[in-house]
Amino acid sequence: MLSNIKANWKRASIENEFLYLFLHNRVAQVAAFVAFVSIVGALFAPLIAPTDPYDLKSFSILDNFLPPAWTEMGEAKFLIGTDDQGRDLLSSILYGTRLSLIVGLSAMIFAAILGTSLGLAAGYFGGKFDAVVMRVADVQLSLPAILTALLVDGIARGILPREQHEDLLIVVLTVAIGLSLWVNFARVARASTFVERNKEYVQADEIMGLHPLRIMLVSILPNIMGPLLVIGTVDLAVAVLLESTLSFLGVGVPPNQPSLGTLIRIGTEYIFSGEWWIVVFPSMTLVIMIVSVNILGDFIRDVLNPRLR
Amino acid sequence: MSTLLEVTNLTVEYPTRFGIFTAIENINLSIKAGEIHGLVGESGAGKSTIGAAIIGLLSSPGYVASGDVKLHGESLRQLSDAEYHKLRGAKISMIFQDPQTSLNPLLTIEDQMVETIRQHAKISYSEAFAQAVSLLEEVGLEDVETRIQEYPHQFSGGMRQRVVIALALCTNPDLIIADEPTTALDVSVQKQILALVRTMADERGVGIILITHDIGVIAEITDNVTVLRGGRLKEEGPTAEVLGNPQHEYTKALMAAVPRLEVRLDRFTNIVKDETTNALGSDWKIPGASADFATEWLLKSTREVSQNVDPIMTIKNLDVTFYSERPFAFAKREGFKALKDISLDVVKGEILGVIGESGSGKSTLAKSIVGLVNPSAGEIRFDGDVLPQGSKRSRKDPIRRKVQMVFQDPYSSLNNRRKVYDIIAEPIRFFGLAVSKEETRKIVASVLELVEMPHRAMLQYPHQFSGGQRQRIAVARALVAKPEFLICDEPTSALDVSIQAQILNLLKDLQQTFGMTILFISHNLAVVRQMSDRIVVLKNGVLVEKSSAEDFFNAPQDNYSRKLLHETPSLELLNQTQG
Repeated sequence: MLSNIKANWKRASIENEFLYLFLHNRVAQVAAFVAFVSIVGALFAPLIAPTDPYDLKSFSILDNFLPPAWTEMGEAKFLIGTDDQGRDLLSSILYGTRLSLIVGLSAMIFAAILGTSLGLAAGYFGGKFDAVVMRVADVQLSLPAILTALLVDGIARGILPREQHEDLLIVVLTVAIGLSLWVNFARVARASTFVERNKEYVQADEIMGLHPLRIMLVSILPNIMGPLLVIGTVDLAVAVLLESTLSFLGVGVPPNQPSLGTLIRIGTEYIFSGEWWIVVFPSMTLVIMIVSVNILGDFIRDVLNPRLR
Repeated sequence: MSTLLEVTNLTVEYPTRFGIFTAIENINLSIKAGEIHGLVGESGAGKSTIGAAIIGLLSSPGYVASGDVKLHGESLRQLSDAEYHKLRGAKISMIFQDPQTSLNPLLTIEDQMVETIRQHAKISYSEAFAQAVSLLEEVGLEDVETRIQEYPHQFSGGMRQRVVIALALCTNPDLIIADEPTTALDVSVQKQILALVRTMADERGVGIILITHDIGVIAEITDNVTVLRGGRLKEEGPTAEVLGNPQHEYTKALMAAVPRLEVRLDRFTNIVKDETTNALGSDWKIPGASADFATEWLLKSTREVSQNVDPIMTIKNLDVTFYSERPFAFAKREGFKALKDISLDVVKGEILGVIGESGSGKSTLAKSIVGLVNPSAGEIRFDGDVLPQGSKRSRKDPIRRKVQMVFQDPYSSLNNRRKVYDIIAEPIRFFGLAVSKEETRKIVASVLELVEMPHRAMLQYPHQFSGGQRQRIAVARALVAKPEFLICDEPTSALDVSIQAQILNLLKDLQQTFGMTILFISHNLAVVRQMSDRIVVLKNGVLVEKSSAEDFFNAPQDNYSRKLLHETPSLELLNQTQG
C-alpha cells in the first residue's frame, strides 16, 4: 500500500510538469512554505495568539513599551514586546496579518471577477464595447491605485451614516482596493481572449450556435486562466500592500482592530525614541509575506509561460 | 569528387525529466560537393536535429553523445564555440523554413546582406554592396538596385525566400542546410525555389542537405536520399533507386501513403501504424457501445429530414468583401474582395473538391457557408431554402446542425482544457440528440470507436493525443451532429503523409456509409484527386474552372489549372519505375 503510494507519487512528480518544476526549485519551495505559514498563522490566529488584542480587558496600559523577551527589560509573557497600548505585539501581528490577508484576498478576488468579466467580454465582442471598457481602464490606469482607494474611501465615508462607519469600514476598504486593481485583470483577460477567440475551437462553437456566454465561460475562460493566475498572485501582494498603506495613512481598518499597516504607523512614532520593536516586527512580517507571494507568482508565471523557460 | 561532409555514427541525446531521450541514433551521411542530399521523414524523425547537429546549433539541453562530423576531412566536434561561430556562415549556411521569420523585419535587405558579407570578408562597403547586388541577381530578383533598399515585408513569400537564399550564399559556403525551404510556399513558388536550389548546386558546386517531409520535393531535385524514422536511418541511396524500388518496409509504406496525381485509389494501402496509439487501458469499455451502434444511430434520422432536393446546395453570385479599419474618422474604408461572383452547385452525396493557392478565398467560401463570414452579395440555398447569412443567421437555425466543419489545424480546433468526452458531447447536448447522460456516453464511445479510437480516449484531454488522433476526434465531433453536409477545410495539411492517408481513408469510409455531401478544400492537388468527384478551382477569389475530377486531371480547361497541375511536384520518377 505504502509502496504503491510512493510509486504513484514518484510517477506524478515526473509526469506532472508543475510538480516536477516545483520539486526542483528550492526558492519556490521556501516561498511556498513561508506563504503557507503566514496563511495558517493568520487563519488560526485566535487559537495561536497568547492574547486577544481586540479585547480591551485582556491587556493593560501598564505593560506598554515592553521590549522583546530576550532583552534585559523584557518579560517572558510578551515574546516580542508590547506596543504603546500595552498590547502583546505577537498577538497583534497575528491578528493584523489575518486582517491584512482577508482584506487583500477579498479585494483581489473582487478585482479578478470584475476585471476578468469585463476583459473577457471586451475581447470577445470587440467593437464599441471593447473601446468603452478599455478607455475606462486607461483612465483608471492614469490614477495611482492609492488615489483611487482614497477616493472611494472618502466618498463612502461621506455617504454612509456615521454609526455604520466602523462596521462597513472593512467592506469599503475591500471595494476601494478592488476597484483600483481590476484594470490588470481586464487587460490581461482581453489580450488573451483576443488570441483565443480566433482559434478554431471557438469557431467550431460559433458554427454550432452556442450562446456567447457559454463560449466565453466554458470554452475560453479555462484557456486564459494561466496568465490570470499570475496576475492574481502578484495583485494579492499589491492588495495587501495597499491595505497596509491605507491603514498606515489612517484611512484603513478601524483603529481598535490593528492591521499590519496600523501597527507600522504606530511603530514609526516611536522609532527614534528607542522602541524599535514596534515597527521592525510588523514590517518584517509584511516584507517576508509580500516577497514570498511574489516569488510564488513568478514561479507560476515561469511554469505557465513556456517561452520564459 | 571528394567527400565534402562526412557524418559517422552521430547520436544526439536530450536529457528530459522522463530520462534521456535519444533524438537521433547512429546516423551516417556523406555528401559530395554539388550534391543535393535529401533527408526525408515524418515529424519526430530527427531530420532537423541532424541539421542542427552539423551546424553546431543544437537547442539546449541537447548534446552530441557520440559520433563525428567531418567537413573536408576535419572533425567539427573538436571546435570551440568561437571557432564554430566562424565556421557557420563561412563554410556552412542555413536556409530556414519560414522566410517571414528568418529575415530581420527592421532592416532593409541591403543592410542585412552587406552586414553579412562584411562580417566574413574585409572589403569596403561599396564592394560588399556590388557583391550583394550580383547575388540577388543570381537568385532571380528583378530590379535589384531599387528593391535592395526595401524591407522584408515588401517582398512576397517566394521573393523573400530568394533573398534568404542569397543571404546564405553571401559568404560562398561549401555546404548549405535547407530545412523545409519550400513548406511555407505555394506550389508555383515552390517549383521556382527548388529550381533555384538545383542551379546553385550545379553551378556553384555547393553541397546541399535538403530537409523535407515531402517526398514529391525529394523526387524532384535530390540526387541521394536518406529515409529516417524515429531518429534512426531506415534506408539510403540514390533517389531514383530508393523511391523507385524501396527495400525497407517503412519506405514502402511511406511511398504508398503519398497521394498520387495520376491515379485515383479507392483506399490507401500499406498504412504505417501510428506508433503513439495508446495501448494502455484500451480494454476500458462503455457497455453496449460499438461502431455498429454509432452507424445505426447516425443513420437513424439523417435521411428522414432531407427532402431529397438535388442539388443539396446552390451558391449564387456570392461576393465577400472585407473592409479594413477606417484610416481616420470619415475616410472611406478600403474594401478587399475575397470572393467575386461565385456560383456553384453541390450535388447530394458527392465530394466536391475546392482547389486554390493561399489567398484564393477557399476558406472564406467555407466560412460564408457556415455563417462565420457575412457575404456582401449573393445567396446560398440549402435543400432549396435560402440561408440567412453571417450574423443574421439565428443561433437556433436548423442549418447549424446540418452543416458541420472539420478544421485544418487539429491543435487549435480542439479545446485543450476540456475532456474529449465534453468536446464530442457538446453537439449532442446542444442539439438535444440524446435523452439521457447514459445515452450520451454510449454515443460518444461508439462514435470514438467508429473513428478508430479507444473508448478510453473520452476520459483524456486533447494534448495527450498526436495530430492524427486529434483530427479523428475533430471528425467525431462533426459526425455526432448528424450532418448532411460536411466541410473539410484542409483537414490533412497539418499532418504527416502516413497519418494523412489514414484520415483520408476514414473520411472516404464515412462518406460511403452515411452518404454525406462533402466540400473538400485543399491546396494539395494530389489529395483532392484522391477524394473528389467534382472539382472547382479558385484563383484570387474568382472561380476559374468547374469540372469532373477525371476531366480536370486529364484535360484541364483553364490556363491556371494547367499551370497548377504542371507545378505540383510529381512522382513521375516513380511512374517510370513502377509503371
